[in-house]
Amino acid sequence: MNFPELLTVWADNPGISAAVWLVLLVTALYLARGPAHELLRAAGRLAERGLRVAARAVRHAEVRLTSRNREVLLGLAAESAERDIEREFDRVATVVSRDLAGYPALQRELSEIITKIDEDYRQSTHEPPLPPPWTEAIEAVAGIEARDPSVAHVLEDIKGSLEKSSERALAEYRKRSGERHGRLKRMLPYWRRLSGKLREVSGQISGLEERASKIDAHMGRYEGIRAADDATVRTLSSSSLTQFLIAGLVLAIATFGGIINFHLIALPMSEMVGGNSYIGPMQTADVAALVIIMVEITMGLFLMESLRITRLFPVVGALDDRKRRAMAWTAFTFLFLLAGIESALAYMRDMLAADQQALVQMLSSAGGNGAPAGAAEGGVSGEASMRWIPAVGQMLLGFILPFALTFVAIPLESFVHAARTVLGVLAVGLLRVLATLFRVGGSISRGAANVLIQAYDVVIFLPLALERLARSARDATRKPARMVEDE
Amino acid sequence: MMRRMIIAALIAGGLLAAGCSSGGHGRAVYLLMDTSGTYTKELDRANAIVNYLLGTLRTGDSLAVARIDSASFNENDIVARVTFDGQPSKANDQKRAFRNAMTDFFDNMHAAQYTDISGGLLQAGEWLDERDAAERHVLIFSDLQQELPPGHKRDFELPLKNTHVVALNVAKLRPDQVDPQRYLQRVEEWRERVERAGGTFRVVNDLSRLQGLLKTS
Repeated sequence: MNFPELLTVWADNPGISAAVWLVLLVTALYLARGPAHELLRAAGRLAERGLRVAARAVRHAEVRLTSRNREVLLGLAAESAERDIEREFDRVATVVSRDLAGYPALQRELSEIITKIDEDYRQSTHEPPLPPPWTEAIEAVAGIEARDPSVAHVLEDIKGSLEKSSERALAEYRKRSGERHGRLKRMLPYWRRLSGKLREVSGQISGLEERASKIDAHMGRYEGIRAADDATVRTLSSSSLTQFLIAGLVLAIATFGGIINFHLIALPMSEMVGGNSYIGPMQTADVAALVIIMVEITMGLFLMESLRITRLFPVVGALDDRKRRAMAWTAFTFLFLLAGIESALAYMRDMLAADQQALVQMLSSAGGNGAPAGAAEGGVSGEASMRWIPAVGQMLLGFILPFALTFVAIPLESFVHAARTVLGVLAVGLLRVLATLFRVGGSISRGAANVLIQAYDVVIFLPLALERLARSARDATRKPARMVEDE
Repeated sequence: MMRRMIIAALIAGGLLAAGCSSGGHGRAVYLLMDTSGTYTKELDRANAIVNYLLGTLRTGDSLAVARIDSASFNENDIVARVTFDGQPSKANDQKRAFRNAMTDFFDNMHAAQYTDISGGLLQAGEWLDERDAAERHVLIFSDLQQELPPGHKRDFELPLKNTHVVALNVAKLRPDQVDPQRYLQRVEEWRERVERAGGTFRVVNDLSRLQGLLKTS
């Protein structure tokens, strides 16, 4: 029975039949009013409770996720601080083993220099000239009266001897002084060497002091992380978001570099593997070019891991130094070979481009657009002398890009670590919104049940009005009777 | 666990093997050139279209050029055909050879008495079916005025499903000047016939703008 047949079941006139249906419906609704209200109220309560339970569950998950985010953040920060401290200690160890290992030799050298200086110093001490032993005799002779010519003659001889002796003493004194000055002069380079060595020692000591102050700063940060106070967590969160954005930006730039690299080798790759085979919707040549780039990036990652610049693979970091060095050399060798291959492919690309250009010029000179053949040939010969510039440029680009892509490992590590925190924060925000929506939904469902109850009564307003009238009439008749009974 | 890994490896290998096919990719283009008496003077312009196609098509694409003459449903009417090699250098050599073949054709061409466009389209459909290309294009360089020799029947369904048909340089004939409705009706009839066959149809009369000639949407 379809709707028009139902509409005319009570009478041929659809209006009358619809009115009958309406009366029946309203009557049924009026009779079922109590249970219907109860049903709507129960449904509202059920929905509200369900949504509130869901909100509580989501809120609980949010709290757990927040706690987990905090742990992850602090764990990462502690790891980073530990790595910084370890690196500083490594540097200190390097300084100590490199510079202070040579300290005994330095000390010996300093002692030798000091001994030499001391020796020279001793030899350069000033020896005052001895007073002539016969001065007193001269004084006695000088007291004799010089009337006697023989005395005068003796005195003249004494004077001459005295002058000669003084000249000899002066010459000797000058010679000794000259020797002393010579020795002092020879001491000068020893003094300079000594000063240099002491400056060197001072520099090493101050370098160590600098490292020690850096270790102090890192330790302070590490203590803050271990204490897990809110200020540290807030600082780490904002730092993590900054890292995420910066690393994302650098990765986007690296992606563009990868795309350029891809276009550099995709065409010549089709010359090698053919352009007519496909893997899914992609040409095999394109896939091969992508694989080469991916292998380059992977080798770059391993190289960075082996050099302990990044720590994405703990297994690599845990290898002993010899194996790690071997791995680094292997990765570098592969990278070098791949860069060479890319360079060759870039050269081949240039050759193909030249061939394509020659074809286009042949086509344009073959008629159809009126370009004369001679002009095209002239253009080719005119550019021939400069053709090596783009060829060399492409080869260089092909060689450099794989090494440039190696450094993707650094922002990738930062991105992966920061993404854990940032995604966690986003998930927490999402859960918070979800919990709020559930709570609001619960309130709305309760309100909706009340609205539906009111709407229900609106539909059956006529019997309700009649009921009210009947009740008021009954009350009116009961009141006078009661008053009569009271009287 | 091991079993799961083997199954996953088998699935991956199967997908890879299924993916390593050489069919269902690239473009196939069939150019029909009207060589009837009234239209041969327009054929110089077809040179530019051939050059554009040779410059645009890539490795793995296919190209055929055929003439429309009195009975075009004929393999001999295909002037030159090629599927470009996967290696770009070889493909360029093929393009040069194709260009030379076209030059020979234009130099030694004779005007046909009638114009059997339907036969040419039937031949084009068959050739495109054999190519198994992802994109199918038929370019008709003609005034679309079909004139059949007595006794020829061409009221068949064209095999042009999923084919993009482009009518190029649809010249207005002298009677079209008197009654333009003739021209419009002629174009519309071909459109209906192509679309009924499951293809798309458009007209390009401005040959200075060939860039969008092989567009599919």
